[in-house]
Amino acid sequence: MADFFFGLPVVVQAVVKGLAVILFIFPVAAACSMAERKVSAWIQRRPGPNRSIPPFLVGIPGTRFLQRLGLWQLMADGGKFVFKEEPLPDHVHRVYYTLAPVIAMVPAFTTVTVVPFGAYLDPHGGVVPLVLANVDIGILAVFAVASLGIYSLILAGWASNSKYPFLGGVRASAQLISYELSMTLSVLPVFLWVNEPGSSGSLSLARVVAFQSGTSGWGGAWFLFTMPVSALIFAVALFAETNRQPFDMPESEADLVGGFHTEYGAFKWSLFFVAEYANMIVGSAVFSLLFLGGWNLLPWLPLATLMEGLHHVTGWAFWLHPLAVGLVSIAIFVAKVLATIFVFMWVRWTVPRFRYDQVMRIGWQKLLPLSIANLIAYAVGIYFLQG
Amino acid sequence: MEQLAFTALSVLTLACALGVVLSKNAVNGAMCLLLCLAGIAGLFVQLHAYLLAFVLILVYAGAVVALFLFIIMLLDMQGGQPWRPRVASLVAGVVAAALLITGLDLLAVRGRIADAAPVGHSVGSSLKLYAYQLFTTYLLPVQVMGFLLLVAMLGVVVLSRRMAEPEDPR
Repeated sequence: MADFFFGLPVVVQAVVKGLAVILFIFPVAAACSMAERKVSAWIQRRPGPNRSIPPFLVGIPGTRFLQRLGLWQLMADGGKFVFKEEPLPDHVHRVYYTLAPVIAMVPAFTTVTVVPFGAYLDPHGGVVPLVLANVDIGILAVFAVASLGIYSLILAGWASNSKYPFLGGVRASAQLISYELSMTLSVLPVFLWVNEPGSSGSLSLARVVAFQSGTSGWGGAWFLFTMPVSALIFAVALFAETNRQPFDMPESEADLVGGFHTEYGAFKWSLFFVAEYANMIVGSAVFSLLFLGGWNLLPWLPLATLMEGLHHVTGWAFWLHPLAVGLVSIAIFVAKVLATIFVFMWVRWTVPRFRYDQVMRIGWQKLLPLSIANLIAYAVGIYFLQG
Repeated sequence: MEQLAFTALSVLTLACALGVVLSKNAVNGAMCLLLCLAGIAGLFVQLHAYLLAFVLILVYAGAVVALFLFIIMLLDMQGGQPWRPRVASLVAGVVAAALLITGLDLLAVRGRIADAAPVGHSVGSSLKLYAYQLFTTYLLPVQVMGFLLLVAMLGVVVLSRRMAEPEDPR
């Protein structure tokens, strides 16, 4: 199977990988939107969507649970976007108006390919990461490609050619640039620590997880515990970069109607939505890789030790098979990503939205000095630790 | 294949660079600049300079052009007066272009950058070499550039304060 896949021409491989990403992200993003509605409902003590069900399934045992969970509502919502009328207002700049949702999708889906999502053990006991495009640049590729997503917001706001979307676009450009700095500065201590003196130097995300896979000492502790300030700055900047509440200035439906997507409807609007959730998924995945130990179950309990322990306790050789290791690592990683996404939603339905001036003040006067001080402190600390 | 990709990227870069200068709509110009930068990044990738390509995308395409668009939208520079060339600016433009072309020609024909950082196989190792060069051989240019940017920033602060004063209602 694997040999057959790698025997295919590079273009075909790329198309297959691209389709895999699309087929994975669309349903997951849709599921996230439903999860968001359910989480908000639980937080506000109401049932949430629990009614819709296809007529031919009524009365079949077991479907009641899925109905309560809102699974059919999710499908109805998804189908609705395909069949709705595509509005194209007269006053918009047609090219950029149509282009903006596409530009939103491209960076969101491209970054998915460079994020490692699991690992398996090779015959020599080495941990090999699972990733669609194994680029050495790692975090730099994620930041570079993700930074292009800003153009979808700016262009959507500008091309809509009306007041509220325009304000949303202006806010988006200022906000995203402001928080990009703190975000980049907050991950630098992680890579300072990971690239020990004498090593060849790497920006790879898998390398960060490998560093957190130690069984004792600093190496096994997750960066969340050794660098709490970095993790906090990164998380706050991530909220701002993905336009999540309390930082959703570009959308801000209370004062801007719908912000940059006011003039959008039907499938174009849902593309913005899917892109937002895809960004959130990638952001949570990067956070899990950098600060939550990636596919390691607990601090000082890395994947390899866990699988060997299971092998010892149960006596099944199956636990050391690459397939089993891969599935367990993916399950651990996905659980961490889902937990992080839940925190995103929790914050959204708990914390009120900031005012725009507060967003700017937090970004430039609080987070940026804090992240620079954090970087200097860790640079000195790491010098004495590794020097 | 490589030749074809090089030709396509060069044509894209040059056409978009022309588009930046010639387009009447400022937003179109900014988008052309964005595509032009993407083309240059593609050319860097062809030279196996992955680090430069991604840094170019991150800094210029991701942040600088976005700031341009922010300014364009904030000042609402839609139509505006068409620019009429004056003699002084024409002369200055021609002299600057002649200097640039002469310099590039000299560099291409007989110039040789002495100890350019060797191309590493992995980005990590080339990143290390790159950083090493920046902090040793090219330390002075980096510091001078940093100082220039600081001066420019202070200048903006001073100038914008001075211009804002007469509008003060008090």
